[in-house]
Amino acid sequence: MSVELAPYDPKNLHLPEEDLLRSGHLACPGCGAALGMRLALKALGPKTIVVIPACCWAVINGPYPFHALGVPVLQVAFETAAVSAAGIRAALAVQGRDDVAVLAWAGDGGTFDIGFQALSGAVERNDDIIYVCYDNEAYMNTGIQRSSATPFGAWTTTTPEPNVKPEPKKNIVEILAEHRIPYAATASIAFPEDFVRKLQKARSIKGTKFIHLWISCPAGHKSEERLTVHIARLAVETGVFPLYEVEFGTHYTLNYEPSFLDVQEYLQLQGRFRHLNEEDVNFVRQSIAWEWQRLRAKIAMGAGLPAPPAPPRRLTPATF
Amino acid sequence: MKTVLKGNSAVAHGVRLARAQVIAAYPITPQTSIIEDLAAFVAQGQLNATFVKVESEHSALAACIGAASAGARVFTATSAQGLALMHELIHWAAGARLPLVLADVNRAMAPGWSIWTDQNDTLSQRDTGWMQVYCSSSQEVLDSVVQAYRVSERVLLPTMIVLDAFFLSHTHEVVDIPEQELVDRFLPPLELPLKLDLQRPGAFGNLVFPDRYMEFRYKMELAHREAVEVWRETDREWGRLTGRSYGLVEAYRMEDADTVLLTAGTAASTARVAVDQLRQEGLAAGVVRLRVFRPFPAAELGHLLAGRRRVVVVDRNCSYGHHGIFHQEVKSALYSLPERRRPQVLGVIAGLGGRDITVAELAQILLKAHRGELEPVTWWNVLQPQEELATAVASQ
Repeated sequence: MSVELAPYDPKNLHLPEEDLLRSGHLACPGCGAALGMRLALKALGPKTIVVIPACCWAVINGPYPFHALGVPVLQVAFETAAVSAAGIRAALAVQGRDDVAVLAWAGDGGTFDIGFQALSGAVERNDDIIYVCYDNEAYMNTGIQRSSATPFGAWTTTTPEPNVKPEPKKNIVEILAEHRIPYAATASIAFPEDFVRKLQKARSIKGTKFIHLWISCPAGHKSEERLTVHIARLAVETGVFPLYEVEFGTHYTLNYEPSFLDVQEYLQLQGRFRHLNEEDVNFVRQSIAWEWQRLRAKIAMGAGLPAPPAPPRRLTPATF
Repeated sequence: MKTVLKGNSAVAHGVRLARAQVIAAYPITPQTSIIEDLAAFVAQGQLNATFVKVESEHSALAACIGAASAGARVFTATSAQGLALMHELIHWAAGARLPLVLADVNRAMAPGWSIWTDQNDTLSQRDTGWMQVYCSSSQEVLDSVVQAYRVSERVLLPTMIVLDAFFLSHTHEVVDIPEQELVDRFLPPLELPLKLDLQRPGAFGNLVFPDRYMEFRYKMELAHREAVEVWRETDREWGRLTGRSYGLVEAYRMEDADTVLLTAGTAASTARVAVDQLRQEGLAAGVVRLRVFRPFPAAELGHLLAGRRRVVVVDRNCSYGHHGIFHQEVKSALYSLPERRRPQVLGVIAGLGGRDITVAELAQILLKAHRGELEPVTWWNVLQPQEELATAVASQ
């Protein structure tokens, strides 16, 4: 391990006791997606229906007749997580049930790429769902192919050396913020209380809520299994992945001021970045600095804006 | 109550009477007025449903699958490109054994763009596990929607209600709208045996290894076999309540017919008039209308067609590289008859892309068949490529 982070005092860890992720699931050793789901269900509790499109979790939950979660799960087609969840919400609405959280739980491919149309539609309709994108920054379930969430410079099997990915990662939260989504946030498996708080906040808001959860993937990032949480923490501490939330698309809150460790500390632990030279890494450094300027400008802009006007009661889009 | 409705409105009234709880749909000509009528029913409080106005047909069916998995009675409607876009989820809905009802207004597939009728859109979905009902009147459309919910919910298979673009979707006819109370007696509220349930938190759609996948598909096949009898019973029960029943196939002047025209959809109504004319000229002609296409009514067809001299199947569709789809299906169903009871089965492809199929044409087809002048497979009234090009160029 290259850099010593301040040790975490478990006495400070305040999380719900109940675990709805059971043993026997099929996640790889060191999987950030398994940890993410465990935290998500701690936050949301047993009155939750989980919708899973094609993604690692379609396998992790276990083959028929097994089931690793203590809540109902509906597996759905790759590009339909958001709208399938909206369909469940519509059924619950006519059944008069408003005490159930509907959680769409999708990977970056199912969110940034193939599922984006259905997600955009659900956000525009303000369907009452919580959507978590657990982002391991490539199509990991099919064996590490680039997605539009893959960062600049990353190796994948479809961006092999020397043609590593030249484009930056798509900024999904900002795109959804521009939909005027009631609540969008980033989160990290290395900041569990923050993630749990955001989910609980999401549950209290009517309409579409989106959480972009950064996770490590030892198999796809070519990193050590024991470093899953450490690397997730470094993603935040180096400024690669800022932790913030956005209300009604305009009001940004920064949740954590990172120490801005040099990004090399993050990159060097992952084989997917091993080919990057000093010029490449400098570009990454500059990009981080530029993105943070942009984020702080958005925070300042939102702070200067009043809350958006409330629509007439008669036409309040109170989900359907 | 008797009123005048076009086919699309008859669909909407059927859905209203069935008390659908979730509707998710996306507009496409010529289906659109179905969902406009339903949106109006919901807005006016005549239907207590949630209408999810999705951004594509793919999402429409995905929303229906989600809602049905949570135990709601659901509905969607589409045509042609929309149905093709749904294709992945058409398989999904059947594989998940969800009792959805979908109305498809038959429209020809692009390119070139066509909004007019033919059956290739729905027949491309033949092997997905859905039941399919081809209707020929507005009344039948309404009745079939209600029947479909009852059959689907019994055998846990989705049903596609199919109606011809414009010839049925936009043609006004007298329809007797049944009382809500009657429909409620016929169709009780949906109680799915398994659904998303917090008390019994199961997982639906997990990975299935080769040691089990085939068993799931076998159960789907068994459900289709059971559905044949359930359609018969359901149609009889509806007949008892309303005086209207249709059968899985409908026979017209078949008592002594030796030359039979078999088709589906509105062309069958046209064929009845053609047969009436030919009967006056002394030709023993009859009509068989294929109504329920999946599950396939092999017993009914065998019973009706065994021992006839010849059957002409008029297909408003084509499986390119082979021939008309109903033609293939009927031939294969009759092949297991003893040879001396096996009719000659001829195929005519006609009316693609909304081209009219007239009484005179159907009479001519039957007459040619009767005289032994009809080829085994005929593309009816079609220009040869050189003629087509020459006339197109000339018209520029």
